[in-house]
Amino acid sequence: MKFTLSWLRAHLDTDAALARITDTLTAIGLELESVEDRGAALAPFRIAHVLDATPHPNADRLRVCTVETGGETVTVVCGAPNARRGMKAVFAPPGSVIPATGTVLKVGEIRGVQSAGMLVSARELALGEDHTGIIELPEEAPLGVPYAAWLGLDDPVIDIAVTPNRGDALAVRGVARDLAAAGIGTLRPWNPEPVEGGFPSPVGWRIDWPEACPWVLGRTVRNLRNGPSPQWLQERLAAIGLRPINALVDITNFLTIDLGRPLHVFDADKVTGGALAMRRGAGETFRALNGRDCTVTDEDCVIADAAGVQSLAGVMGGAATGSDEATRSVFVECALFDPVRVALTGRRHGIISDARQRFERGIDPALLAPGLQAATRMILECCGGEPSAVAAAGHEPRWQRSASLRFARLRELGGADVPPDEAVGALQRLGFTVEARDAERVTVAVPSWRNDVEAILRNYTADPGLRSDLNAETGLLDQAPALSPAHRREVAEACAQTEPEYDLIEEVLRLRGLDTVPPVSLPQAEPVPPPALTAAQSRTALVRRTLAAEGLAECVTFSFLPSATAALFGPAPSALRLVNPIAADLDQLRPTPVATLALAAARNAARGQPDLGLFEIGPAFAPEQPQGQHLVAAGLRTGATPRNWAAPARPIDAMDAKADLWGALTAAGAPLEGLTVTADAPGFYHSGRSGVVRQGRVALGTFGELHPRLVAALDLPAPAVVFELLLDAVPEPKRRKRAAADLSPLQPVRRDFAFLVGAEVAAETLLRAARGAERGLIAGVTLFDVFAGGGLPDGQKSIGIEVVFQPRDRTLTDAEIDAAAAKVVAAVAKATGGVLRSSS
Amino acid sequence: MTDASIHLKAETEVALAAASDLRAWDAVRVSVLGKAGRLTALLKELGRLPPEVRRERGVGLNRLRDELTAAIEARRQALDAAALDARLAAERIDPTLPPRPRPAGLIHPISRTADEIIAIFGAMGFSVAEGPDVETDWHNFGALNIPGHHPARADHDTFYLPAIGDAPPPVLRTHTSPVQIRTMLEQAPPIRVIAMGRTYRADHDATHSPMFHQCEGLVIDRAITLGHLKGCVTDFLRAFFGLSGLPVRFRASYFPFTEPSMEVDIGWNRRTGELGGGGDWLEILGSGMVHPRVLANCGIDPRQWQGFAFGMGVERITMLKGNIADLRPFFDSDIRWLRHHGANPLAPATLHERA
Repeated sequence: MKFTLSWLRAHLDTDAALARITDTLTAIGLELESVEDRGAALAPFRIAHVLDATPHPNADRLRVCTVETGGETVTVVCGAPNARRGMKAVFAPPGSVIPATGTVLKVGEIRGVQSAGMLVSARELALGEDHTGIIELPEEAPLGVPYAAWLGLDDPVIDIAVTPNRGDALAVRGVARDLAAAGIGTLRPWNPEPVEGGFPSPVGWRIDWPEACPWVLGRTVRNLRNGPSPQWLQERLAAIGLRPINALVDITNFLTIDLGRPLHVFDADKVTGGALAMRRGAGETFRALNGRDCTVTDEDCVIADAAGVQSLAGVMGGAATGSDEATRSVFVECALFDPVRVALTGRRHGIISDARQRFERGIDPALLAPGLQAATRMILECCGGEPSAVAAAGHEPRWQRSASLRFARLRELGGADVPPDEAVGALQRLGFTVEARDAERVTVAVPSWRNDVEAILRNYTADPGLRSDLNAETGLLDQAPALSPAHRREVAEACAQTEPEYDLIEEVLRLRGLDTVPPVSLPQAEPVPPPALTAAQSRTALVRRTLAAEGLAECVTFSFLPSATAALFGPAPSALRLVNPIAADLDQLRPTPVATLALAAARNAARGQPDLGLFEIGPAFAPEQPQGQHLVAAGLRTGATPRNWAAPARPIDAMDAKADLWGALTAAGAPLEGLTVTADAPGFYHSGRSGVVRQGRVALGTFGELHPRLVAALDLPAPAVVFELLLDAVPEPKRRKRAAADLSPLQPVRRDFAFLVGAEVAAETLLRAARGAERGLIAGVTLFDVFAGGGLPDGQKSIGIEVVFQPRDRTLTDAEIDAAAAKVVAAVAKATGGVLRSSS
Repeated sequence: MTDASIHLKAETEVALAAASDLRAWDAVRVSVLGKAGRLTALLKELGRLPPEVRRERGVGLNRLRDELTAAIEARRQALDAAALDARLAAERIDPTLPPRPRPAGLIHPISRTADEIIAIFGAMGFSVAEGPDVETDWHNFGALNIPGHHPARADHDTFYLPAIGDAPPPVLRTHTSPVQIRTMLEQAPPIRVIAMGRTYRADHDATHSPMFHQCEGLVIDRAITLGHLKGCVTDFLRAFFGLSGLPVRFRASYFPFTEPSMEVDIGWNRRTGELGGGGDWLEILGSGMVHPRVLANCGIDPRQWQGFAFGMGVERITMLKGNIADLRPFFDSDIRWLRHHGANPLAPATLHERA
């Protein structure tokens, strides 16, 4: 909200410096957004009188001026053609900074004549382009007065951010009240004198919907003359960016900003039927003052005459009954609308207005009558005319309530030792009045304008229709459905008891300055704190570091992507499509992080970076509720391994992805020995070069080459391989005591075997058979060779394995080793049909 | 010493010097010390000599044998050393060749910051809580004292998913605060948690991203005051930025879910971007005492329990600490940016080692 310093001073009697005022605003929660002080740079320049101007003895174009600056008389050498005796001009004293050039003015000697200052042009003051001569001021310009002040440029424009709870601060007077309470000056009294009406208002009110509009006042002013508003009013509005329109409109705009009291004026001659009704809309369309047509619903409160809808209550007036220069008679509306209703209507129609902004935050219910009087007085002053009696409908709602503060709570909750007198004084300065006080507590009446303090349902919304989604029993609460009714009631009651006190503590601390609360480090519950991460979270951290250590660069990609791209990676259900995406290409929650990593790889390839490895640990989304989100560690490699002198580059392949996945599974603590790999990866994988890693039937991860069609569609460098690890699916390792390490003192015996097996035999089958051939003795099996073709029969391949036999208690005899080797051969033969080619 | 001995010694020394490799050296050795060697022959002659001569000759021959043996061994060692030198010279590599490439990946700056945040709050006794990105309207708004018509909702630029049945449409969480709600529903006080994760708002420009990260803190206990909130947040900010004297300013503000509410600023130099001094203030964090309505919405009795909550943008503090100017590259995955700003996966994020 914007206002000028002089506007503020109309309500606040203070000589505090601007910086102190703006610092205080920020400290008490009315955060300064900006201050525009056009006068600051012009402060040294004062209005001066040129007493004499004579030709310079040594220069034809210069003149020597004797200048009265309003305190002293100085000699100034001036080159302006218009410098002459008797004129009023603007004097720059030595030491001042010329705004246009930034130079500091010094006393100097020009061609032998001393010059103690300068008479300046508009361009030199950065006030315009005119540099044909010095500024000429009219005769009546006051000598010695700062030029900026005389111009009206010394009035800084202050812009503050008003938080949603502080409707009262959307008024210059409200801001002034807060500042006065914080110790900046005193609030000037404001009490508009009532204006008696001379005749009954020819336009009256009717409230058909009291829940939406409990109370409304109005009055007619006839025989007025609408025209431009007075200069001071135009300047005030223009300074804060409101375009002056005509006196009547300017007056309502002024009072909206000045008092936070939105008003509307109807051209009384355009109102049909002599009555305005507050009622539900009925699908009518009317043209609002913003020039747009608006079709109202039965959830909107409208103001209608016999001809139809004339205003969207609390949001925006209508064009048909608006006032213009021809208006001779007006009907002034001063109403109280339901805040929630106004908020919903404003949102429904997409209209943001100064009126809506104030009504939806709640306006001062006690300000209707004084606000209408102030408006009437201003209309009479600016436009003349004769006021009618006040027309009213409905009645003032009961807004009065009180709140209590236990002084000890300022320390127990606020952490501040505030003397009770100071706390009570702060509240009183804010307009709270003491109803009762003892050593322990004070009870105060809440002022009408503070609907954020001890907020109650009836000042929150008067409309029971809007309360239906609120729990009537618990007022403003929205409690967890799982709580039992008794539990709900108990804590709701506790809330009702504590909340007003929180409100008052906030007020006291806010005015005192939260910087006065001494910071206290959190007490430690235990000398050494427990682990911050759960086992699953620690595991995720380890997977992250492992993948990075394996050479992958961690990415954070968006959770959403184009639905067409998502569809390449699986179902893209509408349940996971944003209703209001920020862009068409960010509309679908991703089925897997692989999808957004693929897009990232394509972007990198387009930048000339085709060989890379990326990973991300983040959510994959599925439509099932409520467990529709899975934490996935996904990685992607594209292109080739790095070229170097020691080994040639080779294309990345699916087994690189399997190695990444294996590293991640190891870090995640998956039981590697028990895992199997099946060849049924989802359709976005290359069907022949991919696998699913399973523990039993549960899929833990997937790896493989991306489907060539997808690689082409996304412009990815080929080959592109990916993996996914479903972190949530990896079982948490059982917490059991770790067995002692088995460190045999005996040398292991290694034997190599080469088997001839069918080409379709899975290596894993063979390895599993070999491992299981002699459990107590075989410590490890390593596959070191796979070979097909050459001299081997068609449809066959050779698999070479190394088996490590680990004797436990004594060295094995050759016969024992041969027997164990025979068991390996037999087991492999049984499992795969393979025959031994050689062993060594 | 006999003439034969003198000859043998002199000739052996010449022969050894001439032996330029082990084979030649071995021939010399055998010719002197072997079964048919010349020294062996001289020793054999001893037996045939009269005892008095034998004794004197024997002493001389034994000394000669020791000398020749030593000379032969010394020559072998010299030849070995020369052979090793020759081998080393032959095996020389170019040590300026680049090393074999090792995989060098990295941790995203957001994860790095997350680790640091967890380390600091972990030391203050916080644990890490989690919640889903797709939230119910109630968890994201209602429970946090932001009813449907609340003006604060307009500030949130919420993303919606299609509604299911009569329930309000699910939302992408606009802040990490719903994790507070989940924690309070699942866990009885005292509570001391932080929650970190993805958050979403429909806003996209140089300083806003439709997806970003927040870190939220919640402390509920019996005697937690606003002084503790100030202490905790100040302790964190100073530890995170590594500036023990970092100016921290608290000023009154408003959030629907806290009361009193405070914005937290840190001191910096707006012109240079340097933290700690310069006289300017930079808003960095929102905080406040948990609103009694929020406690009551979660079934916690505000007469017995109170506490504070705070929330901050993870990207923002990452940018400040890492001197990163632009927000958008965080999510672009440009490998060049990642290599420039990413962290070593093995760099510790604990408090006892400096990264």
